[in-house]
Amino acid sequence: MTAKGTLNIKPSTGWQMEPIWLPSPEAVLSRLGEIATLGFRNSTLAEHLGFSLFRVIVGFLLGAIVGIPLGYAMGLSNWFRGWFDPIVEFMRPVPPLALIPLVIIWAGIGEVGKIILLFLAALWIMAIAARSGVSGVRISKVHAAYSLGASKWQIMRHVIIPNSLPEIFTGARVAMGVCWGTVVAAELVAAEKGAGMMIMVASKFQSTDIVLMGIILIGIIGFTIDMLMRWAERWLVPWKGKG
Amino acid sequence: MPGLQIDKLSMRFDLPNRTSVQALEDVSIDLKAGELLAVLGPSGCGKTTLLNIVAGFLAPTSGEITLNEKRVHGPGAERGMVFQQGALFEWMSVRENVGFGPRMKGMAEKPKREIVDHLLDVVGLQEFKEKAVYELSGGMQQRVALARCLANEPDVILMDEPLGALDALTREKMQGLVLKLWKETGKTIILITHSVEEALLLGERLIVMAPRPGRIHKEYNLPFAEMGVGQDLREVKKHPDFATTREEILSMIWDMEEEIMGGAAK
Ligand SMILES: Nc1ncnc2c1ncn2[C@@H]1O[C@H](COP(=O)(O)OP(=O)(O)O)[C@@H](O)[C@H]1O
Ligand SMILES: [Mg+2]
Repeated sequence: MTAKGTLNIKPSTGWQMEPIWLPSPEAVLSRLGEIATLGFRNSTLAEHLGFSLFRVIVGFLLGAIVGIPLGYAMGLSNWFRGWFDPIVEFMRPVPPLALIPLVIIWAGIGEVGKIILLFLAALWIMAIAARSGVSGVRISKVHAAYSLGASKWQIMRHVIIPNSLPEIFTGARVAMGVCWGTVVAAELVAAEKGAGMMIMVASKFQSTDIVLMGIILIGIIGFTIDMLMRWAERWLVPWKGKG
Repeated sequence: MPGLQIDKLSMRFDLPNRTSVQALEDVSIDLKAGELLAVLGPSGCGKTTLLNIVAGFLAPTSGEITLNEKRVHGPGAERGMVFQQGALFEWMSVRENVGFGPRMKGMAEKPKREIVDHLLDVVGLQEFKEKAVYELSGGMQQRVALARCLANEPDVILMDEPLGALDALTREKMQGLVLKLWKETGKTIILITHSVEEALLLGERLIVMAPRPGRIHKEYNLPFAEMGVGQDLREVKKHPDFATTREEILSMIWDMEEEIMGGAAK
């Protein structure tokens, strides 16, 4: 109590957090503005994110180009299934990150190494999706097509492939998600440019605001990829789940 | 002799555990062109197997199928098939589904469109032709399946419980449609059903099959399909012979099912 009779209490200031542990949202936002205009480590923000995205897309596409035909072959031929099923089933649960050391030995951790890693991350997922898309075709659809006079090749083209597309799209969505996670992790290990490299370097200099900003951007991009894939799915395979 | 001959057909499935199932034993049926045969029998008596062999999806253990004096090997466009459900191509519109057979044959766009339009009129789906098949009700989907089969001009139409998944009212309407199509097109039809009433209404001939091994138990020649053409099917059901035959067959199938269950079913 003061001499004049008023209460003199210092209000509690609550928990105080040093910005080095958890910077304020304003700080993170202003850092986003700064890095977006000035760049980070000789590259603009768009370049960092763009490089990560580019690796993901190339790795995924290569994985799909090899994986889908492999999955089709496994779904259609017992010989292929016999040889490749054990390999694919074994590789599928191996986390792609566990392959980083091997890929570094084989190809280094440069651009080629990262793309091989992402290729491997997408390959098994796409192969399994294509295989189950083929073997999941209702036998009555194939029979119907046969008794409508379709040849083996026509059944492949007009029944088996369209029937497998929804599964392949689901696989593609999963694969894109896995690739995005893998690329960030691979860039944490080593990279000149990329979202993962950005937050790793920032962390070494204890620029927590940059780290947070990077995590949020990585999250937003991952989410956007998934939304785009869903949208493409609705547009391209509207019959999904309607059989 | 034109028509469809099923001659001493037997089918044994060898199971992985070294036992085997005699799904059909010595089944012979002689169908004249344009006849409609209904096949009834308890579940597991080999009805689907019989149809799959006639369609050419399965090779029998012994016996043979002759269609218009030619022996049948493998599936062919002269034997069309209508399944219970799920055999439409959901990535195609109604129009594309119906036009599938002609398209596979490489028919030109214009004659194909004429065939498709005509058949959509026949089954009453003209205004739905651009819709996706999964947007249609179950009854409409089966109309698409019928139209798709007819578009290919098969000699024989094989139907495996085509109306089995429909509600009672839709089913009754579809029975009328099947009768009408049969009369108008003069196709030979084999129709499998598990509804005794449906078999009596639609079958000009009827066989009742028994299980273990799957075989023909009894054959009938029936007047009701002929009566039902162009008439309300409910009137046909009022015919005194209809009720007696239905009861006779029902108790026959009842007995078989009881035997299968070892008397457990009451
Ligand atoms: N591919 C198959 N492999 C082994 N057994 C089969 C096969 N197809 C049918 N069966 C057996 O043959 C019998 C007849 O089956 P099915 O023709 O489907 O009967 P229904 O259509 O009259 O119900 C059944 O006992 C069934 O288990
Ligand atoms: Mg059956």
